[in-house]
Amino acid sequence: MKGLLETLVRGLGNGSVYALLALGFVIIYKATRVISFAQPALMLAGAVAVSYLVEVTGFWLAVPLAALMIALLALGIERVCIRPMVGRPVFVVAIITLGVDVVVRVVVNAFIGRDVRQMGDPWGFDQVSLGPLVVQQRWLAMFGVTAVLVALLFAFFRYTRYGLAMRAAAYDQETALAQGVSVGAVFAMSWALAGFLAAIAGMFVGTGQGVEQTSWIIALKALPAIILGGLDSLGGAVVGGLTIGIVESLFQSYQGEYAPWLGQNFAVVSPYVVMLLVLLVRPYGLFGTREVERV
Amino acid sequence: MTVARDIPTSRSRARRVRGRPLLYTSYAQDMALLDTTAKRAWTFVLVVLAFSLAAILQDRSLEVLAGAYVMAIGAIGLNIVSGYAGQISLGHAFFVAIGAYTAAALSGPVDGRTIGFGLAEIWIWLPAAGVVAAVFGVIVAPLAARLRGLYLAVVTLGLVFLGEHVFKEWKSLTGGPGVGREAAVPELFGIRLNEDGPLGTGEQTMYVLTLALLIVFALAARNLARSRIGRAFAAIRDRDIAAEVMGVPLTRYKVLAFGISSFYAGCAGALLYSITGYVEPGSFSLLLSVQFIAMVLIGGVATVSGSIMGALFIVLIQPLTRSLPALLPVISSDTTVTPNVYQVETVLYGLLIILFLVFEPRGLFGIWIRARTYWKSWPFSY
Repeated sequence: MKGLLETLVRGLGNGSVYALLALGFVIIYKATRVISFAQPALMLAGAVAVSYLVEVTGFWLAVPLAALMIALLALGIERVCIRPMVGRPVFVVAIITLGVDVVVRVVVNAFIGRDVRQMGDPWGFDQVSLGPLVVQQRWLAMFGVTAVLVALLFAFFRYTRYGLAMRAAAYDQETALAQGVSVGAVFAMSWALAGFLAAIAGMFVGTGQGVEQTSWIIALKALPAIILGGLDSLGGAVVGGLTIGIVESLFQSYQGEYAPWLGQNFAVVSPYVVMLLVLLVRPYGLFGTREVERV
Repeated sequence: MTVARDIPTSRSRARRVRGRPLLYTSYAQDMALLDTTAKRAWTFVLVVLAFSLAAILQDRSLEVLAGAYVMAIGAIGLNIVSGYAGQISLGHAFFVAIGAYTAAALSGPVDGRTIGFGLAEIWIWLPAAGVVAAVFGVIVAPLAARLRGLYLAVVTLGLVFLGEHVFKEWKSLTGGPGVGREAAVPELFGIRLNEDGPLGTGEQTMYVLTLALLIVFALAARNLARSRIGRAFAAIRDRDIAAEVMGVPLTRYKVLAFGISSFYAGCAGALLYSITGYVEPGSFSLLLSVQFIAMVLIGGVATVSGSIMGALFIVLIQPLTRSLPALLPVISSDTTVTPNVYQVETVLYGLLIILFLVFEPRGLFGIWIRARTYWKSWPFSY
């Protein structure tokens, strides 16, 4: 029982990182109807930015600075590569983001080099006891920070002018345009927000074990999360992210014992199995809106 | 009732009018693959030239070109499912892997370290690789029938990761990551094709073999595209619901598209590694899928000749970037120094995808069409 609860806490911690990434995917999807495959590169760039800034400014200032830097980078990408493609098929834009991902990652990899870069975070692998449970501090930090960010984000969408503009543009672009909403600004804002969230997620991915060139793969686990929750549901992204985190953590703890025939490291691919099973039952995810099409 | 002589029916084989190359008098003429004399002549010249390269070029260049031809077969396969039928697949590397391992297992030594059945004849393992890959394609396709657009892209992406995991773990088949196994042995009626023999050096025979196979696969794809099936694919791509309303069974044709595309991918996988003779499970990653997508997009979506051009372009970038350090001393060929050739190469893939999509969505094929129209309408080209 104790082991199970500790596994769940680890799952919630990792799951909140996936949730942050998934929120970025969903925000961009809602604004532009495109899945941005550039998120892994932005995440990695965020982590690397933190690892360099931490030597200059200290950890607590490095994180917001890095997040802002990556938000600016995302803005630049949107302006240069995505904005000229407005009105073109979504598949084309998605493939462009794939190209952006490849390019940005090579540049970021050059900054990483062969070694593992440390975040200089205060948590490391330190443990803390919650009653009878002994869990790593970083899981709690991930969950707490994500909870705060998600609350802020939902408040932003609910109560501010810009949030309203984004919701309006997501609901119906042309009508929003007719009401004076700058759809271009909404596109830019969605990319900046996604970049910001990806950078924070990247920092958390690097806590403890640090980042290396292969860390970008982790960001792709947010894809099963958004498919699970539904591509256009913010709440779904959070639920999907946490679910994927918990499933992965359960496989990590128990698969070696109960299903060794699945092979080592099966936990790494378990999110994709969950995604395939969910799609067989619900093609639009748990909370996604069903598309109604007229010919 | 008699049909007027100057109105040809679909059955009549109307003759071409002399001096009027653009006047078609029957549907068959309109659909012909090589509809003008110039096309016929130039295609003939191109094919003869391609075959004669086997005697002209050095063995190293022939090996690179043979690899490019095999990649072109794979790219044509991806173009069938993504270009003609409009079903976005990021999972092409998975089907390539299945083909490669089916062929390797069939032709491998019986008592070796990895699974092998000792059937080294190419006419056994090549179709088998295609068929096994096609079966997997058909298994995956029902998912595709339920999903559309980017949902499908993400699912096929998941397929690549699952496949990579299975191939890394199934050590008796693949040899495990970092170790690998010997690839399919190309043998035709007892003659090893990739070793020097009576037909020429190993590279020369493999070059001729891959070129001949590419022509067969390309012709098959062109014919498929102008058949009933090809038209159904195009209808699904342009508007799937409208296609269904017009009586195109969506599920059946999506399954067919995935099956045919995977057959091409499987054959490409089997051949690709029989050239180098060695296959490692780490090579079937997302990057391979991205390479195939780059070939299709750079070459030209929904064109067979575009896929071939794209594959040649992407594969021939490699020797070009490898020669960069000699020209630009800033770029190093050492992987531990930061601006090295591998980084330049990967950045080029990405940049080329972006630039072609932004500036020339029809790809190399589009550039060719534009150049041709310019000279055709010269001196009145604007």
